[in-house]
Amino acid sequence: MIDAWKGFNEGAWQNEINVRDFIQENYTPYYGDSSFLTGPTKDTISLWNEISELKKKEIENGGVLDMDTDVVSTITSHDAGYINKKKEKIVGLQTEKPLKRPLHTYGGIRMSVKACRDHGYEINPEVVKTFTEHRKTHNAGVFDAYTPEMRRCRSNHIITGLPDAYGRGRIIGDYRRVALYGVDRLIEDKENQKASTQTVMYYDVIRDREELSEQIRALLMLKELAEKYDCDISKPAKTLKEATQALYFGYLAAVKEQNGAAMSLGRTSTFLDIYAERDIQNGILTESEAQEIIDHFIMKLRMICFARTPKYNSIFAGDPTWVTESLGGMSTDGRPLVTKMSYRYLNTLNNLGAAPEPNLTVLWSNQLPDNFKKYCAEISIKHHAIQYENDDIMRPLHGDDYGIACCVSSMKIGKEMQFFGARANLAKCLLYAINGGVDEVSGERVGPEYAPCTGEYLDYDDVMKKYTAMMQWLAGVYVNALNIIHYMHDKYSYERLQMALHDRHVRRWFATGIAGFSVVADSLSAIKYAKVKPVRDERGLVTDYIVEGDFPKFGNDDDRVDNIAKEVLNTFIKCLRQNHTYRNGIITTSILTITSNVSYGQNTGATPDGRKAGEAFAPGANPMHSRDENGAVASLASVAKIPFMDSQDGISNTFTIVPGALGKSDEERVNNLIALLDGYTDKGGFHLNVNVFDKELLLDAQKHPELYPQLTIRVSGYAVNFIKLTKEQQDEVISRTFHSHI
Amino acid sequence: MQGYVHSFETFGTVDGPGVRFVVFLQGCPMRCLYCHNPDSWGHGGKEYSASDVLNKMTRNISFYRTGGLTVSGGEPMLQLDFLIELFSLAKDKGIHTCLDTSGCVFDRKNSERLSKVDKLLSLCDLVMLDIKHIDKSEHIKLTGHTNENVLDFARYLNEKGVKMRVRHVIVPEITYKDEYLTLLGKFLKGFTNIEKIEVLPFHKMGEHKYKSLGITCPLEKTKALSTSDAETAYNIIKSAMN
Repeated sequence: MIDAWKGFNEGAWQNEINVRDFIQENYTPYYGDSSFLTGPTKDTISLWNEISELKKKEIENGGVLDMDTDVVSTITSHDAGYINKKKEKIVGLQTEKPLKRPLHTYGGIRMSVKACRDHGYEINPEVVKTFTEHRKTHNAGVFDAYTPEMRRCRSNHIITGLPDAYGRGRIIGDYRRVALYGVDRLIEDKENQKASTQTVMYYDVIRDREELSEQIRALLMLKELAEKYDCDISKPAKTLKEATQALYFGYLAAVKEQNGAAMSLGRTSTFLDIYAERDIQNGILTESEAQEIIDHFIMKLRMICFARTPKYNSIFAGDPTWVTESLGGMSTDGRPLVTKMSYRYLNTLNNLGAAPEPNLTVLWSNQLPDNFKKYCAEISIKHHAIQYENDDIMRPLHGDDYGIACCVSSMKIGKEMQFFGARANLAKCLLYAINGGVDEVSGERVGPEYAPCTGEYLDYDDVMKKYTAMMQWLAGVYVNALNIIHYMHDKYSYERLQMALHDRHVRRWFATGIAGFSVVADSLSAIKYAKVKPVRDERGLVTDYIVEGDFPKFGNDDDRVDNIAKEVLNTFIKCLRQNHTYRNGIITTSILTITSNVSYGQNTGATPDGRKAGEAFAPGANPMHSRDENGAVASLASVAKIPFMDSQDGISNTFTIVPGALGKSDEERVNNLIALLDGYTDKGGFHLNVNVFDKELLLDAQKHPELYPQLTIRVSGYAVNFIKLTKEQQDEVISRTFHSHI
Repeated sequence: MQGYVHSFETFGTVDGPGVRFVVFLQGCPMRCLYCHNPDSWGHGGKEYSASDVLNKMTRNISFYRTGGLTVSGGEPMLQLDFLIELFSLAKDKGIHTCLDTSGCVFDRKNSERLSKVDKLLSLCDLVMLDIKHIDKSEHIKLTGHTNENVLDFARYLNEKGVKMRVRHVIVPEITYKDEYLTLLGKFLKGFTNIEKIEVLPFHKMGEHKYKSLGITCPLEKTKALSTSDAETAYNIIKSAMN
């Protein structure tokens, strides 16, 4: 065995690129409690203070500290940059200066210009000229191919957030490969793949060869990046520090090249634990040193930033990067994938304080060790910065080496990727069904000219028939718009480094999404169980509704309405699946709106559930605000009924509770949160954000943001700095259902 | 058997051990000045059969593994037959049962009712007895009823060996007085069935309900009790018990 691997157990991983096998052969599950953990070292404290100062300046400066306007970011575009070279155990910045935002242009030059201009920066005209006249961008390609109908859907907000002007993200490179194998071996592997393609040059063979060449080029640049920092990552890493550094360089190369909507990290903690265990056994690493390395690594992840427009940030709330890291979960052989390193990652929240990034995601299984469950619950209650996703329902689909991209999208690391596809507004689609394809806000004809609903009251069967037809139409336009987007993204902004850290043959999930889910369920329930009278304006369009009588509402564990919700989802996913997809992507959908539930609501007219025009939707798959009247379990039970296989890309649920309603003592709160998570997991619930705080705290933070620089809350699949939200978003978060029965 | 239900709380974390399914029954003879559920006083509520109520809980039983079923009110002991049926069904399924009562309708001399109470207690894993005030005349001022039945119910539970948590709401100027707290502690001294004493600091969260019912909140001017004062009260009770 080569030197760097001495002390590791042998396995298939030596002869092929197979990180999972390496983990399975070598990791040590940890069943103990958190008492072994150590606090921050002196260097960690002083380094974090420096970063906090910079972050404070960034906020004072209106959201950015500095922006690159000259150098288009590539893996090797910038010289080495440091915060405080002497103190940094893990090095590497996106540009030569901390928090200076890199310039990404391949996704779309217009967005880059706007992102800079909105912050008072002007991109070098030569760069703009190059990416306008000489080098086409993803954005330009997409708009060359869009149909007028697609553009109308876009401008009328029935399909929103499409990644047609920015990087699509949601691709996780297997950054662990860099540490385990060294870049030379990865290049060798890719060279072999390229040498063994077919020799008859069909379109797809040509594409494969070109993509593999790009991947190899990116790997060579990755080595060069490390050299700038006096590191050699051509060979396998020999220590925890080297492994962490190599892994981070892999990730850094990805974010230097791509400004993806979500640039997630994968599932790295248990992998790194193997190195920590070996170093500790060899007597060359102490616990405090191990924690320090991880603290410094996490600090770097907290500094990842992109140049984005304020409008983009207002849709996504704050300045998210979705550096999602998945922790825990179970092995398929029944051993927990929990290691001491899982604890160390969570402990960074204690050592550095709460932060939205990295987006720490616990893969929850009822079989996780009790001690780990307790620690997660404690950290959740203290920092509200963790989300939970159901390992017991994902493991059968993806095995035990998958990770979460963005908020809730699961994929096998290095073996599966996703074409990210934003969301269709199904609430608006219902209004189109009622109005025969005319937009209720703009009055423009957007959908096909189907017969509108007539009559004094809405009839459930009639509405459902028309709604199904409208969903069919919407699904077609939507999937085909995404086909264009992903074709062009591959062509003009290919993620060569991330794909170099994937297997030769990857499965491509073709992700779509749904907004307005609970609004639709309640609206249809109102039409079915109460009487809904449409109110028409002078244009003859229905723009308001009068609801007579009561009706069952989603979020009360009432099958009458919960079944409607399931039926709508099932109908829509079937409509989606009827369409051809680019590169044979497998269609999935998610019920996830991020905080854009506010802006979706703003652009949607009144709905038959009594929601007024412009009012926010509930986030993700959450029941509408204050409509769940039977407490948290009933609310969670409704959401848990949504079948995972119909919404495989994730079902997001945000749970907010005041501390007193979680139990009287700290111990009770921890135990009750565990019971809640276990119960939800058992019911097949997919995802839960957990926020434990008083409404008063948020109101105070709204008034005195300077006192809460690190106040982190979970929104929909990720965490944000509360003070970075717009006033509207803060109000919406405050108005959400707080489970507060005492 | 039909019961009259005020509401459900499916994630009850403060009414008994663990996560609990809490059924609030409708109707209460007392009119406690600090009541935070005045909407549960009168007749009415929604009718449910015992098995329907239990089904609401058992369909999500995985949430309640560490907890169980709590029936509160209103005054649940007004609906003894319904309670007996509900708790029998729950015990058949091995569910932990808890009764949250003021004990005000207990009457040892009524043998017909007493046999029902005995039956109920045989199905009860825990009784949370809310002693509103230790002083008889103060109790009448506070609730409109004497506390003789309440204190006798406490003694009866002890005789029967039924596990009991004593709850006591600490209200500034009403129960938050050394003298009364000491008396309460002395009364509880020697009880062998007490699992826990819970002092509940008076809070103002029910006030909006008075407004929506159009009645004046009698303790509108009383301030909420701080946690540290609640702790002081607890210590006074505990030291008098030793």
